[in-house]
Amino acid sequence: MTDITSIDHPPAVVPPPATRAGRLAVSWNTRALGVGFIVVLLILWEVAAVNAIFPPMSFPRMSAILSTWWQLIISGELLGELLPSLWRMFAGYFIGIALGVALGLVMGYVRFFYNLLEPITEVLRPIPSPAYLPIMILFLGIDDEMKIFMIAFASVFPVLLNTYSGVRSVDPIQLQTARTFGVSGRRLLTRIVLPAASPYIFTGMRVSLAVALIVMVISEMVAASSGIGYFILSAQRGFKIREMFAGVLTLAMLGYILNRLFLLIENRVLAWHYGYTQQRS
Amino acid sequence: MSQTGRPVLRVCGVHKSFTAAGGTTVALNGIDLDIEAGSFVSIIGPSGCGKSTLLQIMAGLASATSGEIFYGEHRVEGPPPDVLYVFQQYTRSLFPWKTVERNVAFGLENKGAISRAEIAGRTRELIGLVKLAGFERHYPWQLSGGMQQRVAIARALACRPAMLLMDEPFSAVDALTRVGLQELLRSLWRELNLTVIFVTHDVDEGVYLSTRVVALSRAPATIAIDVPIELPTPRDQIATRAQPAYLDYRARLLAQLFADEGLKSTEAA
Repeated sequence: MTDITSIDHPPAVVPPPATRAGRLAVSWNTRALGVGFIVVLLILWEVAAVNAIFPPMSFPRMSAILSTWWQLIISGELLGELLPSLWRMFAGYFIGIALGVALGLVMGYVRFFYNLLEPITEVLRPIPSPAYLPIMILFLGIDDEMKIFMIAFASVFPVLLNTYSGVRSVDPIQLQTARTFGVSGRRLLTRIVLPAASPYIFTGMRVSLAVALIVMVISEMVAASSGIGYFILSAQRGFKIREMFAGVLTLAMLGYILNRLFLLIENRVLAWHYGYTQQRS
Repeated sequence: MSQTGRPVLRVCGVHKSFTAAGGTTVALNGIDLDIEAGSFVSIIGPSGCGKSTLLQIMAGLASATSGEIFYGEHRVEGPPPDVLYVFQQYTRSLFPWKTVERNVAFGLENKGAISRAEIAGRTRELIGLVKLAGFERHYPWQLSGGMQQRVAIARALACRPAMLLMDEPFSAVDALTRVGLQELLRSLWRELNLTVIFVTHDVDEGVYLSTRVVALSRAPATIAIDVPIELPTPRDQIATRAQPAYLDYRARLLAQLFADEGLKSTEAA
């Protein structure tokens, strides 16, 4: 027999096993432009404040805001406000995404649950969260329970919808393949459907994270005696304008850091997905 | 191949029709087929004749409109555990979030009652058999098409199936890779005492690989001819394909397919 089996030899260059660097590795050269633009804006702010273009009472110098921010960090005051905020946000967020994934999975997987839950989802989803805040205060008071519930409730929908779409778009051939190996029911859900839908689920979780941050701040502004939202609003009411801006600055940083952390995790967990889609295109 | 001669899979009067908005199309119009243990049966036919549908029904992945499939004594209602399926679209059939190793181990992990050490051992053995040692930690999408289909074959064979159903498994790879995969499949079939049912639109591939070729007619499909292939073994890509007997089988089957095609076009004119 002619030995031809070796003809299909490995290609000379095989890409290395997937790395997680992927989308995070934006070089500093490309970054410099955008970062530079922010610096220019901050300097413009400073110049505008020095020349009193806006009323100085409500528009302090950027340098003053930054030094106030630094003092608030050193004194531990900002951290003291951030910790309860973060606790509420993450408690609500994790409850929300757990529910969102679970509901999205069963709605995508079992027709009955889709028919049962789809209408109520569509009715509840468009309500802006501040609108049901008064109702929540009525039933849950103004403590952490209310805020966590609000955050969880608002976090459910982006994850739910994305998970549902993810489940619906699992390749039927992957499902059939699993069936030929005798995998079905709950095992099929956890072994195939869940990982196959995970790129969608992550997209939903990222949207929900932004939503959770917003609802956290709103709920703390309406009713709280601690937290970053409360801090910002009470600073404004007490004419501590630099503190107010320092609080907003903190939120900007928090949002940025959270998103970066999220991307870091996503790149790690979904490395296969980026490689796979790249290879197919 | 001591078990040769006993039918393991029986297709009894299978009809399949699809109902769409326009009406009902009959794909399979009464198929009867006995597959003997240890045989290598190719099913050929014009594209769209329903040969893939027939294979899916045999695999328990689709249901027949009427008629029955028996695997051994049992009526097939879902995928039988001893029968595994290799899809044409390997990029979609392999799990992209799993490495080669995890893909190959997938079937074993879901069988239950197999120790971790045995799973690891069998996985390694199969990866070796399909000549992919060194690529265990790669993801399927990092490999060439031929290598990916070998991963899919290894994944199926790791479960030690008695029967392999293959739906045009080599039609998405280039000609040379295809020859390599054909040789690999022939040797695995002989070494592992498999029964293989192989759907292809390529008459040459069917004749070269098989012990029997079944040609379906254009839809609504029936069995047009059923030809035992008595070519000497071991087969050889160059010598076998030059034998008068090989050319004779090829001519008979091609004539059948062309006649079928011709009949259709005269009718249409």
